Amino acid sequence: MHIVVCIKQVPDSAQIRVHPVTNTIMRQGVPTIINPYDLFALEEAMRLRDKVGGEVTVLTMGPPSAEDSLRKALTFGADRAVLLTDRFFAGADTLATSYALAAAVRKISNTYAPVDVVFTGKQTIDGDTAQVGPGVCKRLNFLQLTYVSKIVSIDLEGRTIEVERRSEGGVQVLRSALPCLITMLEGTNEVRRGSMQNALNAARATVVKWSAQDAGVEDITKCGLRGSPTVVKRVFAPTPRAEKAALVDPAGRPPADALIEEIFKLRPKLEADMFELARGY
Amino acid sequence: MAEPTKTPTPAPASRAAAKKELPEHFKAYKHVWVFIEMERGHVHPVSWELMGSGRKLADKLGVDLAAVLIGGPGEALNAAVAESFCYGADLAYVCADPVLTDYRNEPYSRALTDMVNTYKPEILLLGASTLGRDLAGAVATTLLTGLTADCTELEVDSDGSLAATRPTFGGSLLCTIYTLNFRPQMATVRPRVMPMPERVEKPIARVIEHKLDMTESDIITKILAFVPDRDKATSNLAFADVVVAGGLGLGSLENYQLVKHLASVLGAEYGCSRPLVQKGWVSADRQIGQTGKTIRPKLYIAAGISGAIQHRVGVDGSDLIVAINTDKNAPIFDFAHLAIVTDAIRLLPALTEAFRKRLSAHTRDRIAS
Ligand SMILES: Cc1cc2nc3c(=O)[nH]c(=O)nc-3n(C[C@H](O)[C@H](O)[C@H](O)COP(=O)(O)OP(=O)(O)OC[C@H]3O[C@@H](n4cnc5c(N)ncnc54)[C@H](O)[C@@H]3O)c2cc1C
Ligand SMILES: Nc1ncnc2c1ncn2[C@@H]1O[C@H](COP(=O)(O)O)[C@@H](O)[C@H]1O
Repeated sequence: MHIVVCIKQVPDSAQIRVHPVTNTIMRQGVPTIINPYDLFALEEAMRLRDKVGGEVTVLTMGPPSAEDSLRKALTFGADRAVLLTDRFFAGADTLATSYALAAAVRKISNTYAPVDVVFTGKQTIDGDTAQVGPGVCKRLNFLQLTYVSKIVSIDLEGRTIEVERRSEGGVQVLRSALPCLITMLEGTNEVRRGSMQNALNAARATVVKWSAQDAGVEDITKCGLRGSPTVVKRVFAPTPRAEKAALVDPAGRPPADALIEEIFKLRPKLEADMFELARGY
Repeated sequence: MAEPTKTPTPAPASRAAAKKELPEHFKAYKHVWVFIEMERGHVHPVSWELMGSGRKLADKLGVDLAAVLIGGPGEALNAAVAESFCYGADLAYVCADPVLTDYRNEPYSRALTDMVNTYKPEILLLGASTLGRDLAGAVATTLLTGLTADCTELEVDSDGSLAATRPTFGGSLLCTIYTLNFRPQMATVRPRVMPMPERVEKPIARVIEHKLDMTESDIITKILAFVPDRDKATSNLAFADVVVAGGLGLGSLENYQLVKHLASVLGAEYGCSRPLVQKGWVSADRQIGQTGKTIRPKLYIAAGISGAIQHRVGVDGSDLIVAINTDKNAPIFDFAHLAIVTDAIRLLPALTEAFRKRLSAHTRDRIAS
């Protein structure tokens, strides 16, 4: 069984800074991590491999420095890593990203072994759209299984897979077929540390690096900025409200009383509503 | 949607000016569509919220607002069609078929893609729910058009383009995204971001039925079972009238209990900022903000929350925002209505007590009068 896991290297959100004057994101020196949601996908893929045999290839599209994340994935226990990197990919939106990733999955299929399942995370913490997974899936014409919380069973002979999928108000139990793309829900498994052997292997492993041409991308105009139908026209800081918040001045009263006074002064009808609510109506 | 992180500088002029004449075959694309999401017989409220925004866009463009309904034939679907007119639809496109009774990606994306290709809307809006995100990503890719996810604001530009605004990475920025040369322009919006429009009793007007070009044997994925969530333990945050939330400023899980106490005295829901979920102090369904819940209460009390953009977009629809923070320069004071610069750990117990008194005094007054 051959599984591809799409991971993305993202800036560590807690440490991102915005330039106070130009409003641009200051990426210099910001540490990067594997998108946390993708770790659940990676773990689930490795569990599946450990159960039924086969191999896990991790794939990312990004700058050359994204190799770090792939190495990290190898230390966790992935078998192979592919870095899709090319200046033609720069500025891709979700449609262009999915085009490039799908091309790479096809190439991986042809080069190593046919791909049975592609995993992605639920979403990234920087792009944060949850759309790349479905996009790659449609491009590959695979069966789409999003928000998967559990893989119940897989039958490689019969080419079927059973999963539990989170939906509104409950869980759908689905039977589908291979090849499929799964976006894995967060918190569904405990991510392993990786063994000493994995770390040694990772240190020796070579990360496969493909340009657009290497990956067999047919139409370069469908990649990167040129292949992106969406255009970011404006980046701006949120406007403050016309007037800033009114500062509550206790003026001798206990601050809590002063605050409540001001609340009901601003919204006189609120008191009756809150009375009902407090009474449990 | 465009990944904002790729933007090297704010609004590079060359890209803003990139608009070409819309290709000829897209000029026929007209009208605003809202996908009405139904699951197990219920319409997701986000669909009606989107009808409110869709109405404004359609009016500005001088075009029709259509509701798009996909589902199994029957009472529930008919009721939803009727309801869509009460929420402002000029017409409804309906695809009814037994294979559409429960949501599955294959037949739903086929139905919606075919409907778009047949009737050609210029704007297509969906809720950013699990169903909406599953469907929107697949449909946009098949149509090879742009999709802007999780918008917080939708506007029509002077030249008639959809300007979709969403928060972007970095903690303090928003970006406005266009799909200039492709149609339809697609966007998803999270539940509770847009206000619920007023429901006005109206008769059913024009309904256009669309036949699904698929039968059960064409569909590979089968639903073996549906297991409803056992306890309705999930919070009612999104619909609460009063919400009290705490942030990192509270310093400890112990101090966070002060938020819960105040909430219980008020009969309110309690929530938190994201770091508290990450620390494991509070469960994820209590997180408020871009990657948590969006709330629209009459009163929102935020204690020890700085007011990052990702938090702000989740609370901007609140009628009255009260912020308690020790830092008089905290960003939350830029969008709160009432501010009190003080230690929340000391104020919260006093506030709980004062509210308890005030609201029971109210009882006395009412009984006396
Ligand atoms: C992609 C992405 C998505 C995100 N989604 C969300 C989201 O959905 N929701 C969310 O909330 N965040 C989200 N965040 C995180 C967000 O950017 C902020 O980091 C977070 O909201 C900050 O939480 P905070 O205000 O509790 O903590 P801080 O920013 O650390 O603020 C603590 C505040 O408490 C004040 N304070 C300290 N002591 C006291 C005291 N004794 N009494 C009163 N005040 C005190 C401080 O002055 C400060 O203003 C997201 C971030 C990213 C990158
Ligand atoms: N550049 C990328 N390279 C590899 N995988 C990606 C990339 N961008 C997104 N993904 C995958 O798609 C998922 C959804 O991403 P997003 O649509 O950005 O929220 C992520 O969790 C990743 O698994």
